[in-house]
Amino acid sequence: MSRAFVPLVLVAMVLFAAAPLVVANAPFEQTMGLVQKIFYYHVPSAMLMFVSAFVCGIASALYLFRRSAAADRVAVAAGELVVLFGVIVLVTGPIWARKAWGVWWEWDARLTSSLLLWMIFVAYLLVRRFGGPGSEKLAGAMALFGMANVPFVYVSVNYWRTLHPKTSVVMTLAPGMRGAFWFCVAAFAILYLLLLTIRKRLEDRQAAVEQLYLAVEE
Amino acid sequence: MKRLVLLVALLALLPGAVLQAQQPAAAPGAAANPSPPAGVPQDFVPAGSLPQAEQLPAAPLVIAAYAFVWVALLVYVWSLWRRMTKLERELADLQRRVQRQ
Repeated sequence: MSRAFVPLVLVAMVLFAAAPLVVANAPFEQTMGLVQKIFYYHVPSAMLMFVSAFVCGIASALYLFRRSAAADRVAVAAGELVVLFGVIVLVTGPIWARKAWGVWWEWDARLTSSLLLWMIFVAYLLVRRFGGPGSEKLAGAMALFGMANVPFVYVSVNYWRTLHPKTSVVMTLAPGMRGAFWFCVAAFAILYLLLLTIRKRLEDRQAAVEQLYLAVEE
Repeated sequence: MKRLVLLVALLALLPGAVLQAQQPAAAPGAAANPSPPAGVPQDFVPAGSLPQAEQLPAAPLVIAAYAFVWVALLVYVWSLWRRMTKLERELADLQRRVQRQ
């Protein structure tokens, strides 16, 4: 990853610089018009929120069952990114809803379950930060619970009556929109990979500092 | 026991009776669906067909959404950089102390 890091930073910068142009050139959606353009940042962020919850959950499982300290550090990094991308989803969604639905927020299945998922990972970070010694295991269990929630959040739009579009939206995009959408997904995915790497490195450094403190005390 | 049951029943019915009393009495012969005031359209009107003054402009919302994404990402990257710088300084300081020992 260290060799690929700088090229990936450059690729991400180019993709994010080009993204506004790509989005602007994508065709307008028939009923929603301009406000539908929020889709190109909102949906990739939601996808990465789900991916990050899975990364955090799987890494936590590795920590809980195999005592892998490196996996625990990956879990913390991914947990923080769930919260970051979750904030983006939970802010851009209501901005879009205000125009499309006429309300900022609706307590329907998708919105409420997304908020709950985000809150689980906020709680995960709070436990990690303020839980004291041994809190890693409790936080790990919370991450597993959060990961288990993801499929329910995803399918909620298909099983409950909701204002939110169904999961079939991405697969049925118009050809002109499809390219712009997957372009943004690629940009966000590379950014996610970079942020996860940097955040994991921060955790590695933190572990090194803690070990050195122990060495100084001895 | 009977008195207790009676008391509980009265307490259960009381809020309903109070709410019933608070409701304004319907005018005799009033329709179930009162007609809307004059000037309000009776049929469904698509939002796009409304006059410009009644439409919510989309551009500020799109700009706000995109600006928020950029600001959130930049603030996060800045916080990572700040935390990393602080840790590197702490690490260098500790390494110096260990070497001295």
